[in-house]
Amino acid sequence: MSDIAIRVEDISKLYRLGNVNAATLRDDAKRFIARIRGKVDPTLSLAQENERTQKGTSDYIWSLKDINFEVTKGEILGIIGRNGAGKSTLLKILSKVTAPTTGTVKVNGRIASLLEVGTGFHPELTGRENVYLNGHILGMNKKEIDRKFDEIVDFSGVERYIDTPVKRYSSGMYVRLAFGVAAHLESDILIIDEVLAVGDAEFQKKCIGKMQDVSKGEGRTVLFVSHNMGAVKNLCTKGIMLKSGNLLFDGTIEQTIDKYASILVNQRNFGSIGNDVKRNSYHKNFLSINCVNVFNSKNQAIEEFSMNEEIRLDIEFEVTQKIDASIFCCIISDFNGEKVNYSSSVSHQADKQQIYEIGKYKLSYFVKQNLMPGFYNFTLTFFDSNGYAYDSILDFGEIKINNFGLNDEFYFWDAKLGNTITIPTLKLEKLS
Amino acid sequence: MEQQKWTEVISARKGLLDIPFKEIWHYRDLIITFVKRDITSTYKQTVLGPLWFFISPIFTVIMYTFVFSEIAGIKTDGIPAPLFYLGGTTLWNYFQICFTNSSATFVNNASIFGKVYFPRLVAPISTIISNLIKFFIQIGVLIILICYYHFNGIYSININAYILLFPLLLILMAGIAMGVGIIASAVTTKYRDLQMFIAFGVSILMYATPVIYPISQVPERFKYLVLLNPIAPVIETFRYSIFGVGYFSAPALAYSFVFMVVTLFTGIIMFNQVEKTFMDTV
Repeated sequence: MSDIAIRVEDISKLYRLGNVNAATLRDDAKRFIARIRGKVDPTLSLAQENERTQKGTSDYIWSLKDINFEVTKGEILGIIGRNGAGKSTLLKILSKVTAPTTGTVKVNGRIASLLEVGTGFHPELTGRENVYLNGHILGMNKKEIDRKFDEIVDFSGVERYIDTPVKRYSSGMYVRLAFGVAAHLESDILIIDEVLAVGDAEFQKKCIGKMQDVSKGEGRTVLFVSHNMGAVKNLCTKGIMLKSGNLLFDGTIEQTIDKYASILVNQRNFGSIGNDVKRNSYHKNFLSINCVNVFNSKNQAIEEFSMNEEIRLDIEFEVTQKIDASIFCCIISDFNGEKVNYSSSVSHQADKQQIYEIGKYKLSYFVKQNLMPGFYNFTLTFFDSNGYAYDSILDFGEIKINNFGLNDEFYFWDAKLGNTITIPTLKLEKLS
Repeated sequence: MEQQKWTEVISARKGLLDIPFKEIWHYRDLIITFVKRDITSTYKQTVLGPLWFFISPIFTVIMYTFVFSEIAGIKTDGIPAPLFYLGGTTLWNYFQICFTNSSATFVNNASIFGKVYFPRLVAPISTIISNLIKFFIQIGVLIILICYYHFNGIYSININAYILLFPLLLILMAGIAMGVGIIASAVTTKYRDLQMFIAFGVSILMYATPVIYPISQVPERFKYLVLLNPIAPVIETFRYSIFGVGYFSAPALAYSFVFMVVTLFTGIIMFNQVEKTFMDTV
């Protein structure tokens, strides 16, 4: 039977929104009185689920609510979820930066957490001094650092600068040195939040390699939060998914990522454009996009595509004032919001600078894609000839490009290789 | 069924007396590094470097001598005014800096505390120690000045057996400063009102302490008010041990000691309770 490294039991965390002022003093007084009389904290019942886009009626929200899970020794747990899902709060509780409102966490082993790269680095101190400072902050003693010092410097590749104040470092060197210290911590459990977002590709790969060594070779447990699904998938063995402070899924990392993607798809589905879609327009009241649908090459309304399959978007829009010249443009972005494919009607000679009379239209837009397997969404815009938008819908609709037996190593590179401009085909139809 | 041993349990509350002394000991290297950082980073990129440790007390004493002795004519128990003021301000400055720094522990360290855990008491403890080093440098200035007066025959120093109390005086200063400071830091995490008060309160407190005047100059009916201030006996005893004149009272010193123990104890308990959740409110 494998040992349990961390057991999280009914963890909840309450936060108060808004400013600290006389009103909070009143609430504090109520809470204090309730505590003396041995009653339940009255503010707890007021708290609401953390749905950041909706206006709530209470100042109190649950950043985390009744979270339960276990991490076995030697496991690499990926924690995924959208911004504000409670991932960082969870890590803060686990690393003892803040206490939970209710519940307990039981830990077996020494925890080291890396919620930020280079915590406590002092700009005036040299690299060497900062290695010691940072190492001590992370809980290493002098002997441990002495023993690992050369390894740390070697790993971070800043030997030449080690006696220079870190304020003279490039941001890359700074991160390398800081991660070097953290990677050489001798803790049983390592908690890492999104720190791989910095550094170049070579260094990111090195970090992931190091983390794998740490867990596989040395049997240490790693908890890892990232929005980079490639990295999570490549590194983790198990996953949990949070949404608005609730634990939605707990399973293998593949299952968790699929679940996460399916939730994103359901949230921003195709069809008519609702109020929740982000829009942007410079010229108001000329044109509005009403409905977008997606079809595969077999003319089926399906949101999954194979690699290299043509994507057809049917965009229905209404023109309320005559437009002399308009360009339609489509940007495809990947999971991390990185733009990976660009196409526009200008590159298609036949439809250059379309003139629109008042009326309703349907534009069928065919995108030839060479995207890597993964999840993508669309930003669709009608521009005037100077690049100002008549109407634009941002990060709309989620599609999935399926993987045909590629191995995970390949998968890790995400969509970054598919960064291209493609030439679309399009067909315009006037509906009324 | 399952017999699992947990090395640590994180929960919402902890006991009042659940103070992590063992952990602080484990982090002693961090304390040392913090102290080094404070000392070396203060005067980085300055030409005069550590000389600044000397320059500020010298100018303060010149100014005090001019204002309080020459203009206001406050008597100094027969001690030459520069010596008198330097003795008082050296000790007072140590108290003041320890108090203001430890009262801002949470606010100043929010960025570190928000990202990593270590026993939070490490921060005020290292402040106390790093300022102690600066204090000893300034004591050096005092010794130089004393020698100057002594060997030029201007004023003969009368160092006596009470100098043996010096370590106790330092402990009292540091302990009171830290005790009151961490109480203030625990109270100010959420409501910053008290911080406003501390900013000007400390400079006022100096005038309520016999720093620029000896206790013998205080009218008899106000004397007990000055002696309510637990720092007053410390500074008076210090001067008495060097110059052999002034005020010494064992009960007053005992009062300071009790005050220190009580505030330090209360402070550590309050600090320890607040440190768990201060990140949410600071």
